[in-house]
Formats: sequence, structure tokens, C-alpha cells
Amino acid sequence: MQRLSRRPPSRALERAFRGLCLLAVLLPVALLGVLLFDVIRTGIARIDVEFLTSFPSRRPEEAGILAAAVGSLWLVTLTAAFAVPIGVATAIYLEEYARTGRLAGLIEINISNLAGVPSIIYGLLGLELFVRALALGRSLIAGALTLALLVLPIVIMATREALRSVPASLREAALALGATPWQVVRQVVLPIAVPGVMTGSILAISRAIGEAAPLLVLGALSYVDFLPEGIRSPFSALPIQIFNWTRRPQPGFAVDAAAGIIVLMATLLVLNATAILTRNRMQKRLGR
Amino acid sequence: MPPGRPIRRVRRVRRLGEAIIERGLLGSALLSILTTVAILVILGRNTVDFFAEVSLAQFVLDTQWTPLFADKHYGIWPLLAGTFLTSAIAIGVALPFGLLAAIYLGEFATPRMRAVLKPTLELLAGVPTIVYGYFALVTLTPLLQRIMPGLAGFNALSPGIVMGIMIIPMITSLGEDAISAVPRTLREAAYALGAGKLATVFRVVVPTAMSGIAASLVLAISRAVGETMIVAIAAGQQPRLTLDPREPVETMTAYIVQVAKGDTPTGTLEYRTIFVVAATLFVITFVANVASFRLARRYRGR
Repeated sequence: MQRLSRRPPSRALERAFRGLCLLAVLLPVALLGVLLFDVIRTGIARIDVEFLTSFPSRRPEEAGILAAAVGSLWLVTLTAAFAVPIGVATAIYLEEYARTGRLAGLIEINISNLAGVPSIIYGLLGLELFVRALALGRSLIAGALTLALLVLPIVIMATREALRSVPASLREAALALGATPWQVVRQVVLPIAVPGVMTGSILAISRAIGEAAPLLVLGALSYVDFLPEGIRSPFSALPIQIFNWTRRPQPGFAVDAAAGIIVLMATLLVLNATAILTRNRMQKRLGR
Repeated sequence: MPPGRPIRRVRRVRRLGEAIIERGLLGSALLSILTTVAILVILGRNTVDFFAEVSLAQFVLDTQWTPLFADKHYGIWPLLAGTFLTSAIAIGVALPFGLLAAIYLGEFATPRMRAVLKPTLELLAGVPTIVYGYFALVTLTPLLQRIMPGLAGFNALSPGIVMGIMIIPMITSLGEDAISAVPRTLREAAYALGAGKLATVFRVVVPTAMSGIAASLVLAISRAVGETMIVAIAAGQQPRLTLDPREPVETMTAYIVQVAKGDTPTGTLEYRTIFVVAATLFVITFVANVASFRLARRYRGR
């Protein structure tokens, strides 16, 4: 048999390796920090009331993100309205009703596969199914339905996690008191799992708000000088607007893109802080 | 009031209600199956239509991809090469960083440090890809051009590196899982035999965790192959059969964006090309995801 080592290597070598490993954690994060700092330096001066309340323009110094920001707000609201109820219902079915069984196993494998499908393929699904087959056109509703399918696995997985963390003894107590399965879910399990469900929903919304590829494919517009009037309206979104500005050759538009990124990242920061606070509250409530 | 009757009625209504609710929940769950079916039907039908006009031989033997030009060629290789090149660069960045980070979190970090470092590293995966695309094109490419004069404005190198940074947490998280799953008794046995920390990590822990590390690698490949915005912004739109990272390339995903964004009429052969490319992409990522799942199950089963 191979000997594990001829001579124990010196402490110095061990310490050097440990330092290298720590560097592998810190360096990428530091790099992201530097890149974001650079974006803030480039774009912060561009952010003012006018930038936030103007439509896109041919001239970079007059362009704004109003249409894109309002479009994104519509999109994520509609996306959450579809994805959260369906995702929670699916999770309840898998965790509380059909924990074992062939069908449940098939659904489960299917969901983890869907989570690995590239987002651009969801874009093609939306293009053929919602835009064309259901004749919704290149509209907000088509975009939101597509994003809802895309983030559904996130909602399902987070909700299942939350349901699993509810102690079985509580369910058994409720059943022993004569509650029906749905009463157990509705009155005992769900109230405890709500913070977990909310965390998952916020994560799903964070994902949806930053997605550009599926929206590009199903026809989000990059030049919109009006606000959406309803769910059938054509639309733009923050990442689409940033994409468009980034690809323009004039340097002024790179500044606009940086400013747009600041707005997008600030929104994500707020969303994620909310998610973390909610999760901490849940852990406290369960006494962990 | 006759005893028992209303109670029975209440029970019957209740049972009916329960049945309806269960059906509704099942219906939601089945929606995910329908989604998969819809994806398969849409990709499959357009792919069949495509191969009615273009032979499979041309698709896999031709070395040019020019469906949008007058002189049309339908060889998938240039798009595959572009995808392979950017993904390989990304993995080249993500694997060493991700693996060393996983070793740090699994072997060296105190629980408190891990509680801080892990979510911090996860931040990298939470940044939208459009932002990484901006980094690649606006920040990194000009920086690299100062060091490498031959670097084109659109190239495979810069988006590859940025994509690598993005997928580090994916390798770290699965890899650390696998490293933590290595039984403590194995480490203690190695120490008892006189092995130092380094020998234990490289001769015992990493080899034992290898299937989990391989799972993380395969998943990272799948993610890199399917990534769209970074390469669509910074890698270019020229399908070329090259492995030179300094040149502009076009990935499969970038091609789909390019055509879908334009006004290609439905039902034309050009329109169908994006579904053929998407089907190829779907098969690659599906195989990778299944392989990763199988590998991960191997170490979890131990």
C-alpha cells in the first residue's frame, strides 16, 4: 500500500496552503467588489430624478429608465402572482399529500430537471406557447408567464424546505384532534411555514428581476417611450434596457448602463436583505 | 333535530372539499410536467421541420454556420466551438477557485467563519448575468487589451473569465457538501497513521469526495454552456470554427438571441434554426444535469 506521506510537511507549507485556500474564497468576492465599485463610480453621477423619470433617448445624457423600471415592476408583480400560488400548491402536494409514490417521484425529478434548463430555452417556450399559440403577442403577460415558469422550481424547492422544517408532532397533534388533511395544512403547517415561503418567493422575484435572455427572445422592446397600459401592452425591462445601452458604441451610453446597473443592484439588495431578515425571524420562531 | 344526520352531511361535504383541494394541488404539480412536455414538443417539432429541409449530414459535417447569409451553410461546429471555448475558459477559472474555496470551507474554516464566508461567496451567483456581461465588455476587455494587444473587442477570453467567476459558488457549494460528507473516522485514521493535514486533504479527503466534486464540475459545465447574456454581450456574433480565445466567436445561446431579436418571420428555415440550436443545447445540458445528479447521489448514498 502507498504510504500516506514520507515525512510530515512543515507547518509553514500547511499554513501557506491554508492561506491559498482562503484567498480562493476572498479574491473572487473582492474582485466583484472592485467591479461594482467601478460601476458605482461611473454611473452614480448619472442618477437623479430626471434619469428615473425619463424615457429612453437618442442622446445618452437625456435617456432615462422610467419605461424599463415600470415594465420590470409590472413583470415581477405578475410573475409572483402566477408563480407563488402554483409553486406553493405544488410543494404542498409533494410534501403533505404524496410524499411517496411513483407520480410524486416523477414530478420531483421533473422539477429538478426544469431547474437546470437554460433560461433562454424558456424564452423559446414563451415565444411559441404564449406569444404565438395563445396569441398573447409580445406582451407583459406573455413575459410574466414565461418568467413564472422559469422561477417556479425556486418557489417549489424553498416552500418544500419550509414545510419540511415544520415538526411532524404538530401535524400529528392536529390529526389526533380530528382535523382533516387540508385543515392541518391550512391552520397548522402553512402559518408556521409562511416566512420560509416568503423567503423563497423573494428569491424567485430576485431571479426574475435580473433575467434578460428569455425576455429578449420573446420580444421585449429595447426602445419604449410609453408606460404599459395593461397586461397586453408591449414592454421593456431593466435588464433589457441595460443590455441595449451596454451594446451602444457611444461612451455616454456605457454611463447610462452603469447607472441602470446601480438601480438594478440596489433593488436586489433591498429584496435580499428582506429575505434574510425574514429567514432569521423564522429561525427564531422555531427556537433554533 | 335527529342526532347524527347533520354531522354526517358535514362530513360528506368536508370529504368532497378535501378531494377537490387535493385534485387542485395535484393539478398545480402536474403543471411542471406539462412545462417539460411543452418544451420537448416545441423543440422537437421545429427540429423535425428543420431536418426535412436540411440533411443531418450537413448539420454535423459542414464546418460553416451561415443561415443568415446568401450562401447558406448549416454546420453546427462553429457554434459548438464557440460554446466550448467560452465554457472551457470559465471552468478553467472556476474549478481551481471553487475547489480550493470548498476545501477551505470544509476543512479549515471555523463554524463562525463559514457562516460568514459561505453567504458572501454566494453573492457571486446572485448578481444578474446582464451585470456580468457589462463587466466583461466594458471593464475587463479593455483591461486585457492593454496586456494582450492581439485581443479583439469581442473575444472568448473576457466573457469566459467573467462567467468563471460567476460559477465559482456552484462548484464550492456542491464540493463542500461532498467534503463535509467524508466520514471523520477516515481523517482520524489518516492522522493516526502520521499523515499531516495536507496529506490527509489530498490523499484521503479529496479522493473520497471525488464523485461529489465531479458532480459539481459537471453541473458547472451545464451552467456555462447554457449561459446567455455574458457571451451575447461580450463574445461577439461571428460563428467561427476557432479555439483562439482572442478572437470573436458566437455561442449557441448568443445565436438564439441574435436571431430571435431580429425580425425573422415565423415558419422560415432561419426561424427554425434557433430551435435546432436550442434542441442541441437542451440535450447537452440535460445529459450534464443527469450525470451530475447521478454522481452526487453516489457520495450521498455512502
